[in-house]
Amino acid sequence: MSVYVNKDTKVIVQGITGGTAKFHTKQMLEYGTKVVGGVTPKKGGTEVEGVPVYNTVQDAVDATGANASVVYVPAPAAADAILEAVDAELDLVICITEHIPVMDMVKVKRAMEGKKTRLVGPNCPGVITADECKIGIMPGYIHKKGHIGVVSRSGTLTYEAVHQLSEAGYGQTTAVGIGGDPVNGTDFIDALQAFNDDPETEAVVMIGEIGGTAEEEAAEWVKANMNKPVVGFIGGATAPPGKRMGHAGAIISGGKGTAEEKIRTMNDAGIKTAATPSDIGETMIDVLKENGLQEKCKTH
Amino acid sequence: MNIHEYQGKDILRESGVSVPNGHVAYTVDEAVEAANKLNSDVSVVKAQIHAGGRGKAGGVKIAKNSDEVRTYANEILGKNLVTHQTGPEGKEVKRLLIEEGSDIKNEFYVGLVLDRATSRVVMMASEEGGTEIEEVAAETPEKIFKEVIDPVVGLSGYQARRLAFNINIPDELIGKAAKFMIGLYNVFVEKDCSIAEINPLVTTGDGEVMALDAKLNFDDNALFRHKDIVELRDLEEEDEKEIEASKYDLSYVALDGNIGCMVNGAGLAMSTMDIIKHYGGEPANFLDVGGGATTEKVTEAFKIILSDSNVKGIFVNIFGGIMKCDVIAEGVVEATKQVGLDIPLVVRLEGTNVELGKQILDESGLNITSAGSMADGAEKIVSAVK
Repeated sequence: MSVYVNKDTKVIVQGITGGTAKFHTKQMLEYGTKVVGGVTPKKGGTEVEGVPVYNTVQDAVDATGANASVVYVPAPAAADAILEAVDAELDLVICITEHIPVMDMVKVKRAMEGKKTRLVGPNCPGVITADECKIGIMPGYIHKKGHIGVVSRSGTLTYEAVHQLSEAGYGQTTAVGIGGDPVNGTDFIDALQAFNDDPETEAVVMIGEIGGTAEEEAAEWVKANMNKPVVGFIGGATAPPGKRMGHAGAIISGGKGTAEEKIRTMNDAGIKTAATPSDIGETMIDVLKENGLQEKCKTH
Repeated sequence: MNIHEYQGKDILRESGVSVPNGHVAYTVDEAVEAANKLNSDVSVVKAQIHAGGRGKAGGVKIAKNSDEVRTYANEILGKNLVTHQTGPEGKEVKRLLIEEGSDIKNEFYVGLVLDRATSRVVMMASEEGGTEIEEVAAETPEKIFKEVIDPVVGLSGYQARRLAFNINIPDELIGKAAKFMIGLYNVFVEKDCSIAEINPLVTTGDGEVMALDAKLNFDDNALFRHKDIVELRDLEEEDEKEIEASKYDLSYVALDGNIGCMVNGAGLAMSTMDIIKHYGGEPANFLDVGGGATTEKVTEAFKIILSDSNVKGIFVNIFGGIMKCDVIAEGVVEATKQVGLDIPLVVRLEGTNVELGKQILDESGLNITSAGSMADGAEKIVSAVK
């Protein structure tokens, strides 16, 4: 078992003829992901890395039976690409694209209300279930199959955490990058709930950063609902207020969204937090020991 | 992106949102001329800098005649204004807004921001005009009223009226206040604002509802469709290194420390600052080279870091996903060839094409300390600059 994606997930790549998309299509195929098609308007009938390209998402779905898509379309057209995937009733759309205007995402979220499609991202590294399916831009080789779930607002910090866990011998079920934008699809609570319901997942790492109150809300949810241990980390403790730290969502405004407040709320909810990103792996191992899960989670 | 008050008011005026008449002035003579054109009993001389708190810092004066306009313009132009938002170094005033005086009856607050919890735009209003909204939120949160706006229908008339009634706008001005709020929301959406703050919104003796101040910020990600807004950018209000970085789509924030950082990914870049501090050092900057960086961009990033004279050492921390380690390595080598490097450099590489990246650095003959992990790298650079 796993979360959101597995060996049966059939993926189409939106914007497949772009340079970044081409590179990562190849990487996804090499990982073993079932990339069954691509979409670029007016490039229908061509191929990228042996994958057939279609003009529309609906054409691609009709021809391939895909149930998921990954969006690499440039920011000005990315919201439209997400809506096209929603219209084709895909189960999952993962948007990698960074720099999408916030108002576009406000409209996309509104348009997705009541629809079956799950959106992950935008501005995220994607979702990977080790040894089964990699959708996105994460380096596949660091992921090992196991029992730890990972959910994060930051791509590179996800890699940091996964790398440490794998090096120490603790594999993962699925790593979900929810992205660094202020308006996104899947949030911490959605992912935590999915890991809570997944029988293979024994513990979860959640990685947040300054800005907004998503971590605080997730901590409250964990306190009330989670029956598996959660370990956390928050980036940006030294960030100055009022400055946007790279991610559109990473800004302390009006005294809200500080790392201090997030860490305090998480600790209050029983989430043990790592002091530095280099300690995420060790912190998880300590928590697994405390919960008698070390044996079960040591996979290699 | 930020703009000046007068520019924000121009945008509002063009969209039919009520603001006082006024003109920008770059010189004392222009200020007097502007006041004469206004032909009002009193005019207000307002310093134009990208920071709030100008009034308290002496940047806003009321003039009763053109001699007073000349005196105040002379006093404020070229003055270094220090407000709670400028930092201790302050900001030099290079532009003035000369505006007609208003017969103020009451002051209110109206603002629009994205509400992350609902993924919608929220209008906030309060009768505590003139006070910072954060202060009101902390001390008298019951005085702030909010309306969450459905992007499909926009700000509805009933929502605007409800806000106006809640903040005790007099009955006879409810219609004008609601029209103002709806107009403001429409500007927010049409221009892709990230913040629109009117503090204060005033009611006047002659029965008007208008914006006495206007703060509009814009979503950088949407500037591609607003060429008119991009033209309003005032580079003199921004950090030189941040301007240089923005030319290359690099995300850079200047800080006060002495360890330059080059990182990929915003989360990792923030945490790199955190971990440097954890080991007793001080980061000189936040720098995310992004996912799609080319060798050229990395080279420029490196040059920007080196242009900061406070920098006594550099920590490159890369976990390649979309970013390939060999691209970073080539950029580092290219930049040091172009600008030279006589300070310690610690590099930590991991992820996509890591072996290729390490090989490029090894073969470069550069004096680079390599680090096995982020913590290892942070420790090494902190001790190297001590």
